[in-house]
Order: sequence, then structure tokens, then C-alpha cells
Amino acid sequence: MSVQRLCRITELSELGGGAFQLWFEAGEMAGLAQPGQFVHIQCGKERLLRRPISICGRRGDELRIIFDLRGKGTEWLSQRTAGECLDVLGPLGRGFRLAGRRILFVGGGMGTPPLLWAAQSVPEIAEAVLAFRCADRAILIGEFEAACEQTHITCDDGSLGAKGFAHEAAERLLAAGKAYDGICACGPRAMLKAVAETAARYEVPCQVSLEERMGCGVGACLVCACKTIGADGAEEYSHVCKDGPVFDAERVVWDE
Amino acid sequence: MNKPNMEVTLGDVKLKNPIVTASGTFGFGREYGEFYDLSELGAICVKGLTLSPRQGNPPPRIAETPAGALNSVGLQNPGADAFILRELPWLRGHAVKVIANISGNTAEEYGVLAEKLSDAGVDMIEVNISCPNVKAGGLAFGTSPDSAALVTRTVRRHSRVPVMVKLSPNVTDITEIARAAAGEGADALSLINTLLGMRIDIRSRRPILKNNMGGLSGPAVFPVALRMVWQVKNAANLPILGMGGVASGEDAAEMMLAGASAVAVGTVCFSDPCAPLRIRRELEEYLHNEGVDSVSKLTGAVKPW
Repeated sequence: MSVQRLCRITELSELGGGAFQLWFEAGEMAGLAQPGQFVHIQCGKERLLRRPISICGRRGDELRIIFDLRGKGTEWLSQRTAGECLDVLGPLGRGFRLAGRRILFVGGGMGTPPLLWAAQSVPEIAEAVLAFRCADRAILIGEFEAACEQTHITCDDGSLGAKGFAHEAAERLLAAGKAYDGICACGPRAMLKAVAETAARYEVPCQVSLEERMGCGVGACLVCACKTIGADGAEEYSHVCKDGPVFDAERVVWDE
Repeated sequence: MNKPNMEVTLGDVKLKNPIVTASGTFGFGREYGEFYDLSELGAICVKGLTLSPRQGNPPPRIAETPAGALNSVGLQNPGADAFILRELPWLRGHAVKVIANISGNTAEEYGVLAEKLSDAGVDMIEVNISCPNVKAGGLAFGTSPDSAALVTRTVRRHSRVPVMVKLSPNVTDITEIARAAAGEGADALSLINTLLGMRIDIRSRRPILKNNMGGLSGPAVFPVALRMVWQVKNAANLPILGMGGVASGEDAAEMMLAGASAVAVGTVCFSDPCAPLRIRRELEEYLHNEGVDSVSKLTGAVKPW
């Protein structure tokens, strides 16, 4: 179930690395929300389409989102002040299924925030790989370290943690014989594809959170299509807003 | 003054109010049915149906524009049989008129679809000869009076329920097509479908839509839609379902004054899921303030200079 409501901003601040965090009073939406779901936010009257942003935290009846500047919508959002109200639709979509004895969360760049809340919801079984372009773009490391049993950092240029990509860091853990009941990944599509292939090689079930340009956010307009393998084994277009954003990686057709 | 009478008639179909949801923006009703009771609507135009299931176009399928959006969904739908089996019985559980929007690759396919769906118990057929996002059919039938006439004639012969033909704005003279459909027994016309448009990402130099072009909707097209409704009302005296960028009760009133008997809303639902109910309420308020006792009295009541 989802609701539309005006939500008062309680906190808006820069998180470093080009990211902004925003907390808002979500009312009943807070209790309905699950890690991996998103909210659809009206970013000013002059912009026709809402902007989908993953939920990445909850405290009481407040929800947290973290975003970077992608365009005029997120720029507008970054210029709000505490006390103003946002028109929010949510929670929307399917979140992560979190069960087992150990889950590896693999996040890349602005894909890390939704995994933080997922990890915080299962702290005793959470382990994280966080990948960033460089040290300057790193976010949320302290919070992941507080939430997870272990947190591994990697950067494309080696300026923080290990040098390399997310899937390489995940593979080192798998190759060392660590057993995971699942991998949950969020980040750029190329990263997700590489993580999914790595997970498949080690036969670990993998869930990925996908992105696509979105319209209604509820599954009515069918614009946020992503190719998947259906129950009958044939390729079909699913929709990120309603069937996702979290998909079983084995169902995703990566090379469209 | 009492509440105004909101009932309207659209090609012999009685609607409890003039607010209809536009095909392609409302799925089969299930999603928005979680936000409000669908029986509050005048009618639901369901997502465009084809004989066989259609996958639709590759993404991205949407691009924002000033006061509008381009889409290139490409008629993704599960096919008419699946709709009849899985969606229609659920929709029929609500006290709302159901309009089936159909697209065919040939005139014969339109006929088969009309027969199947009218037999299955929809209240009206909306004949889509104006989809800009598919290669075969769609717009190809809507840009020449002869093919529009052929499709209308075929559907009229196979349908047991009123037939409404949906017109494209992507033509030199929309009144020609309207007259062709009217001449073959269309019970109503709906307009406008989307206007062909394009956006380009100047960094990648790629069109934002994978289909390169798409259909423009939203407030940006409202004045164009309004002008076409007015022209068509004057050219072919058929009931009109007016649509294109309607976002408020005032817009709906303008549409009706221009000649529409009922008004469809679509893109506005993306930002405001409850827009159809808000627009109905605003229209009621307008009628109340103007001292109009029945919404149907607005239809065609514009006083041109």
C-alpha cells in the first residue's frame, strides 16, 4: 500500500561527495516502507514528472533519502530548507528480501544509500562492499561500519581502500571461501551486471536494484521498462516501479 | 442552488460524470484503484489492446519536456484475450463504464478486436488510429481519410457497443479525418492523441527516447487540443471525448465549452494520482459559481467572436 501526502522536511544537509541527505516526516508512510522501496517526489510545480528516490533510512515516523544532483529536479530538491513541505508518493515498488545467516551488500556510488537501510535492518548478518570512483566521492562509510559486521571499501583509482571495482572486491570474499545466503546490489548498471555474473559463478542468489526513467511510479503508464525473463522463460518488459526496483539478478536481461 | 447534475452522454453511453481516464495512462485501473474508488469516475479507457500480446519499445520510454512529457511505450499490452480473462471481470466489479481502446495491424484485426471486446461486455470501443509509437497500424490508419473510413466501417460492423474513433493531431487537417469517421457511423470521436516530438541529450548526442521520437502530452498540448476539439465539433457534429493536457477543472470546462461532451485526463495523474477526482470537484465548483445546473450544458457553449 502507498499514500500521497505533504511531508515536512526536518533536515537537509550535504553529506560530502556531492550527495545530499534529506529527512522528512512521513506519517503512516514510514511504517509501510521496506528497505529497497522508493518514494516519488514532486520537485516543484513546473516539473511535470516526479523524481523517484530510494528510501535509505527511518527514525520514528521520519524517512531519509540521499540524492546527488542529476538535473533540475534534484537541484530544486537540494535547495529546500527544513520546515518546507514536499509532495511525496510512497512507499513504492518491491524492496529487498532479507533472510539467511549472512548477506553481502554491494553498493556502488549513489547506489550505496538504499543498502544502508537494508543493512541496518539486519545488522547481525550484514556485510558490505562499498565501491566509489575515488575517495572524494565516498559517502556513508561510518554508518555502514556501524551497521555491518564487516565493511570493505574499494575505489576505482585506489585513493581509498582497495583499488578496483565492486565485483572484484566481492569476488575476493567469495574466492576466500566466505559463505553468503544472498547478495544485494545497487549501483550503476555495468557494476550490477558484473556483480550478478560474479554471484552466479559462486551460486549465490543475487538481488539487484535497477533504475529507469519513470512516469507514474505506480505501474500504470508502463514507461520504466526493463527486460527480464518471465515465468515462461521468454523475455519480456517488466517495470522498475512496480515489479522492481529490486529484481532477482538471474531474471534480468543485461544486454538490451 | 443544488449540486449540479454531472451526468453526460457520450455516443449513447451514459456517464455519471464527464471525467474519463485517458488510455495508456491508467493501465487497467488496478494501480490507481488503490488510491480511490474507481466508481467515482465517469469511465475508464483502458490501456490500448492488440490481438496478440505486445512487448512495447525498448527503454528509455519517457522524457520530460517543458510542461509536458514525451512517451514511446509502443502499446505494451497482454493482448485482448488476457484482458478479457484477467482484467475485465475485476473492472466490472466497479460501477464505472469501461471503454476498450483497440489497435490493429489491419482493418480486419480492428474488426476482430471490436467483436471480441464488445461480446465480452465492455461499454464502448475506442478505435486507436493515432498511436505515434508503433510501425504498423496505429497512426498509419489515422492520417488518411480513406483508411480512417475503412477502419471505422469495419469496427462499426463488428461492434455491438458504441464506437468512438480516436484522432491524431499529426495531420494537416483533422476535420477531414473526423468527417471520414463520422460518415462511416462512428458514434463519437476522441481527441487528441499525442503530438509527435523529440528530445536530444546534447552530451551523448543521442535522442533521450530509444525510439528517437515519441508522443507529447501534458499541459503543453492543451491549447492545440482545445483548438482541434473546437474545429472537429464544428466539422462533424458527433459527441467528443476531449483530451490533451487537461490538469484542472477550469481546463475541463474549457474543453467542454469548445465542444467536448466528456473530458479525459491522463498525464496529470503521474504527478497527482487523485487528479481525476480533484478535476471533477473543481468542475463542480465552477458550475456552481457560474450558476449552471447541468454540466452537459457546457458542451459547445463557447461564444466565438
